[in-house]
Amino acid sequence: MSETTLRHTVHTARPVLTMKPHAKFQLRGWHTLRRYLSPVVLLLIWQIACSTGLLSTRLVASPTQIISTGWSLIHDGTLPVNLGVSLLRAVSGLSIALVAGIGLALIAGLSRTGEDIVDAPLQIMRTLPVLALVPLFILWFGIGETPKILLVALGSTFPVYLNLHKGIRSIDPKLLEMARTLGLSRGQTIRDVILPGALPDLLIGVRFAVGISWLMLVVAEQVNADSGIGHMMMDAEDFLRTDIILVGLFIYGLLGLVSDQIVRMLENRLLAWRPAQHRKGQPV
Amino acid sequence: MNAISQPPANIIPAEHNSGAVTVQGLTRRFSNGPPVLDRLDLTIAPGEFVALLGRSGSGKSTLLRTLSGLDPVTEGHVSRPRDVAVVFQESRLLPWKRVWQNIILGQTGGKAGRERAGEVLEEVGLGHRGDAWPLTLSGGESQRAALARALVREPAFLMLDEPFAALDALTRLRMQQLVAGLWTRHRCAVLLVTHDVDEALLLADRAVVLESGRIRTDLPIPLDRPRRHDDPRFGHLRSILLDALGVHDDD
Repeated sequence: MSETTLRHTVHTARPVLTMKPHAKFQLRGWHTLRRYLSPVVLLLIWQIACSTGLLSTRLVASPTQIISTGWSLIHDGTLPVNLGVSLLRAVSGLSIALVAGIGLALIAGLSRTGEDIVDAPLQIMRTLPVLALVPLFILWFGIGETPKILLVALGSTFPVYLNLHKGIRSIDPKLLEMARTLGLSRGQTIRDVILPGALPDLLIGVRFAVGISWLMLVVAEQVNADSGIGHMMMDAEDFLRTDIILVGLFIYGLLGLVSDQIVRMLENRLLAWRPAQHRKGQPV
Repeated sequence: MNAISQPPANIIPAEHNSGAVTVQGLTRRFSNGPPVLDRLDLTIAPGEFVALLGRSGSGKSTLLRTLSGLDPVTEGHVSRPRDVAVVFQESRLLPWKRVWQNIILGQTGGKAGRERAGEVLEEVGLGHRGDAWPLTLSGGESQRAALARALVREPAFLMLDEPFAALDALTRLRMQQLVAGLWTRHRCAVLLVTHDVDEALLLADRAVVLESGRIRTDLPIPLDRPRRHDDPRFGHLRSILLDALGVHDDD
């Protein structure tokens, strides 16, 4: 993710701290500028190539065209309606995944019997490519909302389950011993030691789940749908409207970025107890 | 998940014998090897400070784990007061709870909890760090917090498992003074597991040296308090203890 790489750049530039404050500021400003310069230049080249006819608009629309199409799609209501439908599908699917993933991980993480019953089937199922289930889901649930939401839910349940389960299992046994010597009941131990200890892993799982939910949605909406961003893009294909397709791509990108930021914010708030350098090194 | 079960029921709460700690014929072995604890007898009177010394593998930690209820009693009898507390070598504070919340963890007290935590933290010289996150504490501060967490339970029997081993020399001296002061005020029975002969001489009423799961030396330390590290009377006692530990002064 661009944000992480940006942070890393700032991090490696640490020796700069010994310089005078204004010199450091100038250097950091130049760093930021340089980072944004190359995308801007690429965008310019793209625009020029389209304007001069070097690049056919049948292959790819020009940036200005994409912006104006995006604007008109917002105005005639096409984009907001389709975006709303897509968001609803993603949020519903993700909510189901969170409930199912957390529930199953608690069962498997907190009791041996639960682990024996739950873990093996889930480990087998997670090796299946969920997208290969699309034909079966259409046969079972038709082409309404159900198969799309379920596809999102199924795909994002696994990262939630796997990470939380791992988190619960890898609680420091020394802390569990400490809880015993303090006379904590099993309920208190789960509430005060196990769950908060597994929270960082759960949040990593949620971050993966959010990413996967968009992936599932793209496929679900493009295979058969009569609404949603994916449908809007497939529709545009029939009319060779590369501008609309690119607007859809842009929206998907934006959705991914925003949802990732939300989870990040959640992490910073819920894991405030971690020292700052610890938080930086988290996997994306 | 066997790690979160209640302490074994076969430790008898010592309410009838005025809160002393008694160990009789305690034997503990792991998978048919030689016994880690071998028919061990030990009594700690109420309010007595006992230091437990021994080389690595002598059974010190196993004895402490058994007394704290972490390990089961398979052979022999153990009785101890109901209210006990343990301080380990690592502070074992929950990183996701603020220091004061760690102190009163598992305590039923409601609103008064915060205040109570503040008092005990003040007593160990950590009053200003109550709202801090544990991972921001230094090693010495963490151990002070761990001591506060033990004291807030008003234990009749306090177990210290090499509590200062991971601290630097200066911090260790300060912590030893702190423990001496706390013990003078609270007068609970203490079992201090340590590698440090001077620490034992500085703090304890009695030093017990374990070897191969048996008590090799049980040495009273009849010195007045407060004691100082440079006390000339330490010399004789130190050489007895070092001798029992297999280290000879004249080497």
